[in-house]
Amino acid sequence: MSQPIELPRWIDVAVLPAFNLALALLVAGVVVTFVGFNPAQVMTLLVKGAFGSATGLSYTAYYATTFVFTGLAVAVAFHGGLFNIGAEGQAMMGGLGAGLAALAWSAALPAWLMLPLMVLAAALFGMAWAAVPAALQAYRGSHVVITTIMFNFIASALLGYLLVNTLKEPGNMTPESRAFAASAHLPGVHEALGWLGIEWPKTPLNLSVLLAIAAAVLVYLGLWKSQAGYAVRAVGFAPEAALYAGMRPKRLVMMAMAASGALAGLVGINEIAGVHGRLLPDFVAGAGFAGIAVSLIGRNHPVGIVLAAILFGALYQGGAELAFEINGFSRDMVFMLQGLIVLFAGAMAQVAAPMLARAWKAIGARRG
Amino acid sequence: MPAAAAAAAPAVAMRHIEKRFGAVHANRDVHLTVMPGTVHGIVGENGAGKSTLMSILYGFYQADSGEIAIEGRPAKIPGSREAIALGIGMVHQHFMLVDTLSALDNVMLGAEPGWRLLRARAEVRAKLDVLMHDTGLVVELDALVADLPVGERQRLEILKALYRGARILILDEPTAVLTPQETDALFVTLRGLRARGTTILLITHKLKEIMALCDAVTVMRQGAVVLDSAIADTSIDGLAEAMVGRRVQLGREAGAVVHTAGPLLLSARGLQWRDALGVLRLDGISLDLRAGEIVGIAGVSGNGQSELLDVLSGMLAPAAGTLVLGDKTFTHGRWLDTATARELGLAHVPEDRHKRGLVLPFAAWESAALGYQRRYSPRGWMQQRSMRDDCAQMMERYDVRPRNPALRSSKFSGGNQQKLVLAREALPAPKVLLVGQPTRGVDIGAIEFIHGRLRAMRDAGGAVLVVSSELDEILALSDRVIVMNAGRISGELPIDACSENALGCLMGGAEVAAAA
Repeated sequence: MSQPIELPRWIDVAVLPAFNLALALLVAGVVVTFVGFNPAQVMTLLVKGAFGSATGLSYTAYYATTFVFTGLAVAVAFHGGLFNIGAEGQAMMGGLGAGLAALAWSAALPAWLMLPLMVLAAALFGMAWAAVPAALQAYRGSHVVITTIMFNFIASALLGYLLVNTLKEPGNMTPESRAFAASAHLPGVHEALGWLGIEWPKTPLNLSVLLAIAAAVLVYLGLWKSQAGYAVRAVGFAPEAALYAGMRPKRLVMMAMAASGALAGLVGINEIAGVHGRLLPDFVAGAGFAGIAVSLIGRNHPVGIVLAAILFGALYQGGAELAFEINGFSRDMVFMLQGLIVLFAGAMAQVAAPMLARAWKAIGARRG
Repeated sequence: MPAAAAAAAPAVAMRHIEKRFGAVHANRDVHLTVMPGTVHGIVGENGAGKSTLMSILYGFYQADSGEIAIEGRPAKIPGSREAIALGIGMVHQHFMLVDTLSALDNVMLGAEPGWRLLRARAEVRAKLDVLMHDTGLVVELDALVADLPVGERQRLEILKALYRGARILILDEPTAVLTPQETDALFVTLRGLRARGTTILLITHKLKEIMALCDAVTVMRQGAVVLDSAIADTSIDGLAEAMVGRRVQLGREAGAVVHTAGPLLLSARGLQWRDALGVLRLDGISLDLRAGEIVGIAGVSGNGQSELLDVLSGMLAPAAGTLVLGDKTFTHGRWLDTATARELGLAHVPEDRHKRGLVLPFAAWESAALGYQRRYSPRGWMQQRSMRDDCAQMMERYDVRPRNPALRSSKFSGGNQQKLVLAREALPAPKVLLVGQPTRGVDIGAIEFIHGRLRAMRDAGGAVLVVSSELDEILALSDRVIVMNAGRISGELPIDACSENALGCLMGGAEVAAAA
């Protein structure tokens, strides 16, 4: 019966997240002080490391690219009322798909054909890996949270098995495939800028970043402008209303999860085609799980997700820089900061809302 | 009783009660005086502030300012525990009972005389036996609550409050779930309690019940008290006018024509439907709908009316039966789906507008396209401009307020949500309109409007099927009334043969003989 608090939209989407972020940083600062470092110095180094140079900026964007893919993957499923915890495994399978395509055809095909084929293979493999839990959910009622978690383990085991037993390069000690031919290499941003005559330091940042931006735009258009998106959101919010409206909830569950898996699969392009040039076991490295946090903090909206992905990218890059610059400052401190941000800006996102609402009301009252 | 009561201090005296929820002024300077040993009615539309006022009295909310005195002594009521200690009991509209415990254990729950439950049970049972004997509130104490009929559950709730020492009993919409006969039985009980000196506060929107039972009445509108009167000094029309703030015309106009029905538009035969547990919830339902008639389905909630609506609208496929809609025939193996139903000119205003009729987080213009999304997206992309324009037009023609298509569906009041759903379903001029609980949770002004629109659809040659648990509504709208009980049709009456008594008997399961 009590009325929910009404905040003006700009406070809700801009001030509140900024406030939460500041709070997270403040608490992190306290912890950093306790451990015996100077929080101002840590903060400066972190920001400088992430944004202070062309190299730092590129690394930040490279990490962010992966988080955009997994963040969007989680968000699309979420709008369909599904909690896809399986972006991790779907990303692994995406990499496997891209890798298999490259191993099979990269020697024969030119880059303009090979690269789209790899993108397609990555999306299809991710999609297929999401489709199984989706079908179990839609037609058998097995909860997608449980099945996607289990599929992460299966994906990991499958990838490991294939790398160790089938795809490993003979004579190589590490479980990695042989290197792809040059046509399967997605050019780095430094190379692309080089063609235009612009100097840019060599970093892992590659043209996948454009793919990520395109994916964000497509997700926005798909969810909010297309009939399919309308139906997916209706199913997510009110399954009975969707049935009432003549939609087919089961088919929509399949569709949302397939799109989700395809987006996660594209992580493989950024890592396998863009950076490593060969298939290896742990290129996802938790990005699928980070995608849950990115989507949560980005309020499941593509714009928010891009911003949250940049934030997470900055933490990864700035954190690595910190560990390098300050003696004794471990990466664990950076994980702690990430945890605090997830806590304050994600899990407790609305905790400060009533306070801000009161403050806003007080300002309004003073004005007139 | 009145002579003794008049001298005593009021059982409840609330003075200058103020309560705000953000921008909403739920109670403004409310005064309420209830004399001991009387039944005091509190009426008002949804959102008039009557529930807030009772929640303040029962300790759920704290008033922003104002005073409360119970039996002459000033009282602070920070929680329901204190309210109970002061002798206040509340029976909620939705029962607060644990279905899997026995009636006895439900009474004892939270008021156990000791930790040794066998001994405690014996003690409680002894006290309850006395109480049941004194009040006439008889309940099967050893039965599981899940097995008790609704009327008995309500008696149990009252008993529970009395056991906790309630001298002031608040009843929130107690008759919403009862048949007319059960309602009558409840009123006998309440009169008996009043005679024993219990003070009763009755929250309702059924003005007839106020007139039948109460000694005094308080009418609230927009958070304020607009009328405070002894029952003898007022009338149903006076109360309705005070509630709405203008004259309203509810029910059948005097001399309303009974319409002659036209050609057959929908014909269902032998519908059967089983729920997940295999219980037969629809047991051989057959009915016809003709152009130019409103058919009312009466019955106590849960006797298969909702399932019937779902089967007819394509939400559920039946286990057996056929349906002829226009020139198409459907059988249980190949049932119609909701999209096909719309294409064939069958529209449906669902009972639950929050879960089905609207997508609450959607903007109004998105909800206004629900079910018609394909018409707005010939090439897969939603034509948002025309969705917004159409929504604005629906709002204009069905007086939906505020007229803001961009507002979230959840932000509209119940009446305005219902008007939006009705506009969406009725404006394309369907041949058949199925309406579930057209005015549940809707204020009187909107009820009048919605009834008017349904009659207009009928007059324009549509067939309208109305399912409602409000007998008054059935009687006000229908040309023909079908009564359901336990998944069957227990009788069908033309409107001029309907009386509350006859319908009540059919609703209770008495077969057709009752009509005579």
